[in-house]
Amino acid sequence: MNSRSKPRVAILAGVGYLVAFVFVAPYLEMALTALKPDRELTRSPTTFLPKHWEFGNFVNVWKAAPIWQNMQVSLIVAGVATLIALVVSLPAAYYTARNRFRGRGAFLLLVLVTQMFAPTALVIGIYREMVALNLTDTLLALILVNAAFNLPFCVWILHGYFSSIPKELEEAAYLDGAGKVTALTRVTLPLSLPGLVTAVIYTFIGAWNEYVVALTITSSPDRQPLTVAIPGFVTSYQAHWQFLFATSLIAIVPVVVLFVFIERYLIGGLTAGGVK
Amino acid sequence: MQNTIEARGAGATAPAPPSRASALRRLGRALAPLPWIGPAVILIAAVVLWPVIEMARTSLMRISSSGATIGTRGTGNYHDLFDEPDLVSVLLRTVVWVVGVVLVTIVVSLALGQLLNARFPGRRVVRWAVIVPWAASVLMTALTWKWMLNYYYGVVNKILQGVGVIDHPVNWLSNPTQALIWMMWVAVFVSLPFSSFVILAGLQTIPQDVYEAATVDGAGRARTYFRITLPLLRPSLLVAAIINVINVFNSFPIIYAMTGGGPGDKTDTSTTFMYKLAFSGSGDVGESAAMAVVNFALILILVLAYLRVVGWRGETQR
Repeated sequence: MNSRSKPRVAILAGVGYLVAFVFVAPYLEMALTALKPDRELTRSPTTFLPKHWEFGNFVNVWKAAPIWQNMQVSLIVAGVATLIALVVSLPAAYYTARNRFRGRGAFLLLVLVTQMFAPTALVIGIYREMVALNLTDTLLALILVNAAFNLPFCVWILHGYFSSIPKELEEAAYLDGAGKVTALTRVTLPLSLPGLVTAVIYTFIGAWNEYVVALTITSSPDRQPLTVAIPGFVTSYQAHWQFLFATSLIAIVPVVVLFVFIERYLIGGLTAGGVK
Repeated sequence: MQNTIEARGAGATAPAPPSRASALRRLGRALAPLPWIGPAVILIAAVVLWPVIEMARTSLMRISSSGATIGTRGTGNYHDLFDEPDLVSVLLRTVVWVVGVVLVTIVVSLALGQLLNARFPGRRVVRWAVIVPWAASVLMTALTWKWMLNYYYGVVNKILQGVGVIDHPVNWLSNPTQALIWMMWVAVFVSLPFSSFVILAGLQTIPQDVYEAATVDGAGRARTYFRITLPLLRPSLLVAAIINVINVFNSFPIIYAMTGGGPGDKTDTSTTFMYKLAFSGSGDVGESAAMAVVNFALILILVLAYLRVVGWRGETQR
């Protein structure tokens, strides 16, 4: 502690701010490009700052393409998928944390293994399944895929939280005349709130950013989420980088803010079983 | 326990198999977890495991370019896949991609984790900044880098010319080698937050008195790091490495958005190559499924390695 001299702290802070800048820089460039008028995008050599700050881009982008529709798709898919993942994972996590039963180990192994499966690796299989079920180009397919692939993480992190809450607390509630459900909703759930919030936000962001499955199984423009729609601003026929990045920022800023909230709880959940 | 003894007792008095009532009770006990874990099992089976089976099945079938199943094909799709002239170079590139990106990510995040763990004013803000590429869509991050690397209008050329590294603009993404290096950098960029935070979490579990003991014993800074910190970080490092390998292997949006695997297939990894086989030009879903099965087998090996690292013993005994 005593060796923490002033110049050392100053150097650390300097390096720290430099690192922070490197990580934010691409998104800064995103913002600066989103604020340039069309004619400044094709100026060579380029300028870092817009000569004319075109704040109107953030208004006009809504008219340039039906991104409101795509945003609704993203919101519905991410929202419903998160809800399903939570409703399905909560009882499973609670039961496996509180009870020993035959098949418990197999279930937890299933969760741990499928947590490692990415939709990208299985996209051909997912596509074939949705063709067989006649679900291609539907929001239902996107909802199911996002709910299912995030489910293992939700089960895992909630299982961890429920296991860490002593059974005795619930038993004390029984003595006070509470039923099983009351004990769960009044005692256990509030105590595992960080886990719940982490599961919800992480699933929502994962579904919000999902790209490859949506790219593969949606084809109608009004059923595509933002991630699939955004590249359409820059094609062989048009190059509206300012709109592409305006939309990107609209999509990125809210989830970064959400992510900051769960930062503290996330690591334990992501590496559960490995780092204790 | 009591139920088991009771059931045995019933079996002893009557030579017939255990009474109907106790069998029912046992069945009831076996089924008790179902309402709780059943929905989760069904969802995982229907949406995660079914595609695995469907993929394997498809790899043995003849699929028309419109996606209709024409009939079985045995191992024909695999023969087609192994006859692809670009397959070997794609696989080699995949190895370079995964090993290169993960290695650089781990080394850099060791330093970053240390930095995020050190005490200085504004550390919170630096941590938030490092999170940004983790929360942001990888596709959108890749698109920004594509724009920054633009031949005519990109800031990368402007900056590098400004500091004198290059004397004329370079069309980075049209040259396969340069494009691959830049895309590997983008992959490192989006992988760093997770790895750094895992290592940060690992650093926070090392008790302070270990360091105090080392100081008392007269160990220098480098010696302390290599003899104490690094060995204690081993579990975090292994977890970060394996999860990174899986993520980087599956990394699709970076290459798809920045070069589309081109020129030709010269910047494809096996993941983007698999996608192209199915969905570009005269797509062949059967052959693509064969590639997917090969990829999936590789990932399964990694998952098994992960289970070993986290020390999975089957929690039933506990």
